[in-house]
Amino acid sequence: MNEEKTEKASKIDLNRNDMPRQSPEIRRHNFNEVALGYTEEIAVKEAKRCLQCKKPRCKTGCPVEIDIPDFISCIVKRDFAAGIKKLKEKNCLPAVCGRVCPQETQCESQCILLNKKGEIAIGRLERFLADWEAKQGIMDIPPKAKPTGKKIAIVGSGPAGITVAGDLILLGHEVTIFEALHKAGGVLVYGIPEFRLPKAIVAREVDYVKKLGAKVFTDYVVGKTRSIDELLKEFDAVFVGTGAGLPWFMDIPGENLNGVYSANEYLTRMNLMQGYRYPMSSTPVKKHLKVAVVGGGNVAMDSARTALRMGAAESRIIYRRSHAELPARLEESENAEEEGVIFNVLTLPVRYIGDENGWLKEIECLRMELGEPDASGRRAPIEIPNSNFRMQMDAVVCAIGNSPNPLVPSTTPGLETTRRGTLVADPETGKTTKDRVWAGGDIVTGAATVILAMGAGRKAARSMHEYLMTGK
Amino acid sequence: MHLLVIETPEIASKVRPGQFVIVRANDEGERIPLSVADWDAQKGTITIVFMEVGASTGALACLKEGDSVATCVGPLGNETEIGNFGTVMCIGGCYGIGSMYPVIKELKEAGNKIITVLEARSNYLIYWTDRFVPLSNRIFNITRDGSQGFKGHVSRLPDIINGLLTPPDRIIVNGCTFLMANVSEVTKNLGIKTVVNLNPIMIDGTGMCGVCRVTVGGKMKFACVDGPEFDGHEVDWKEFLARRKAYLDEEALFFRRSEPKPIIHEGGKCQV
Repeated sequence: MNEEKTEKASKIDLNRNDMPRQSPEIRRHNFNEVALGYTEEIAVKEAKRCLQCKKPRCKTGCPVEIDIPDFISCIVKRDFAAGIKKLKEKNCLPAVCGRVCPQETQCESQCILLNKKGEIAIGRLERFLADWEAKQGIMDIPPKAKPTGKKIAIVGSGPAGITVAGDLILLGHEVTIFEALHKAGGVLVYGIPEFRLPKAIVAREVDYVKKLGAKVFTDYVVGKTRSIDELLKEFDAVFVGTGAGLPWFMDIPGENLNGVYSANEYLTRMNLMQGYRYPMSSTPVKKHLKVAVVGGGNVAMDSARTALRMGAAESRIIYRRSHAELPARLEESENAEEEGVIFNVLTLPVRYIGDENGWLKEIECLRMELGEPDASGRRAPIEIPNSNFRMQMDAVVCAIGNSPNPLVPSTTPGLETTRRGTLVADPETGKTTKDRVWAGGDIVTGAATVILAMGAGRKAARSMHEYLMTGK
Repeated sequence: MHLLVIETPEIASKVRPGQFVIVRANDEGERIPLSVADWDAQKGTITIVFMEVGASTGALACLKEGDSVATCVGPLGNETEIGNFGTVMCIGGCYGIGSMYPVIKELKEAGNKIITVLEARSNYLIYWTDRFVPLSNRIFNITRDGSQGFKGHVSRLPDIINGLLTPPDRIIVNGCTFLMANVSEVTKNLGIKTVVNLNPIMIDGTGMCGVCRVTVGGKMKFACVDGPEFDGHEVDWKEFLARRKAYLDEEALFFRRSEPKPIIHEGGKCQV
């Protein structure tokens, strides 16, 4: 008995397969995707490691409850078409989630093999299937339910909005998406850089909802071009997924100097406005040699890595806590470090100093140390008195977070907000305080992840469908 | 200087004085904010007056009748505060002459006495006088070269104000940063409330990027959602001017590498 057990255990392959990547020296000079994805052989090899647990814990770690072991077993059988179908039952954006989901804190953190440090690379397998489908050049359009005659307006075309659109359209409702910018995709388009999430992939996902029959109006600012109340006259229900689009600054001297950017501005210039192609594209970008990014999240990593690719000789992360508290995905901070981003942890900017023409020249910082855990459970950063020092910099990107965009809440009577400016919505249904209006994603939670926004979208879609069919 | 009429029924039915739209001439184009100078809700059109200064306005200037723009989104920003203030002096400079028109129209309807001041480099850059005459109690012109009205620039403003029986109760300025900053400086000494319509660099125009930030009364404001109108006496003009100029070098680069463009202006007249 005992012997048998050991034998079985020894058969378990604990060697998680690495994903091929561009080497750091090469990739820090180009905007092509860093991670190249599994080949068919590696994918099958990785899939074969899955123990196919009877009670899969990975599934419980997934905000949209993907049937993970099922799609993995399709890969083992090399039936990739079935695999992607399985995946899409629960997730309409697999190519995106396979790339930007924090699997290490979700599905993969629940994998039974984690204890032995050999958790299955679920995200990489998800990505493999999505990319495989894209390579086939076909798009499987699932059958739609009979038209219900109900019309739904979706405000914002980010991950939450796209999920709601995909779900409701399959249920037979008529869906119209309103997007404020000139390209659909929300943060996937303006925020996440090409080297982490190629824009062609986002375009493909948007195309999918369009092929399903969703109408997409870009350059349309709900709250300005038309109010929610006006939408409610034409539509039976409205979903608000307008995201966290109001950048925070630190309220320190010199923040309005030229050369100081919000991460939203910096990344939007590079991504949405294609600044990385400048001067082939026409939105101007500055050549900065020394760039400091304030913050430690994924957006900060994206900004620091973008700066390198734009030709910066020196790109730094300035973060007030220590390395261990970096909120970014480990993979992203490692990528950044490999590429040569310098980490100045336990450092807090207190002042930006400009030249006579109003351009940033230096930043003044304080050194920090860690104290007792604060409300977030992380050890609180404490200023070390008289530890001020200066660094010469010609650009600073402030990546310390965003508040929800107030355009919709401020123009919609009856839509209650919290003190933080987020919309009040039932976490289980997404129902807001206003009749026939649902909300989800960052506008409700404050800045969070793509997959959480999608999860919220899924719940809202379910609740909206129920309301549309039963009036409740 | 160019006049552009865009068919966009929803914006035309919504727009109010002082608001702006963001326009992209083509798919490669930069997003630029432009004030709306007039609109016709029935026809579904809006009118924009703009000055050609760089790549993006250049691309707009080359459009022909019937062409489409890639983006026209709005109406953005808050509307001008309209009320019965008494006598309002409305100063429009260059492209700001156009966007002053709807403001004057509504202020007149609200019962104000209107003193219109039009400012430009030369007389051929002054337009729409025929529209302003029936709405204004007095009209003054200032041209740099003296070809019409007062010779000089905004520094002549105290002469105009001192020549009035009573100073205006409020001043509203639309135009270039130089004009708005200088008017604000002049009127601060005179103690006359001055409203300016700021025109910083913008990208999204919905508060998302924050490039349009400006210090007003010591606080950081976003011109796109908190403005574009602010109290001119509270604006940090030195900072605002520096931020406006952030991409001057890049605009110059555009001129160096661009093909010679067809002449679209001759003798002060648009040839397109």
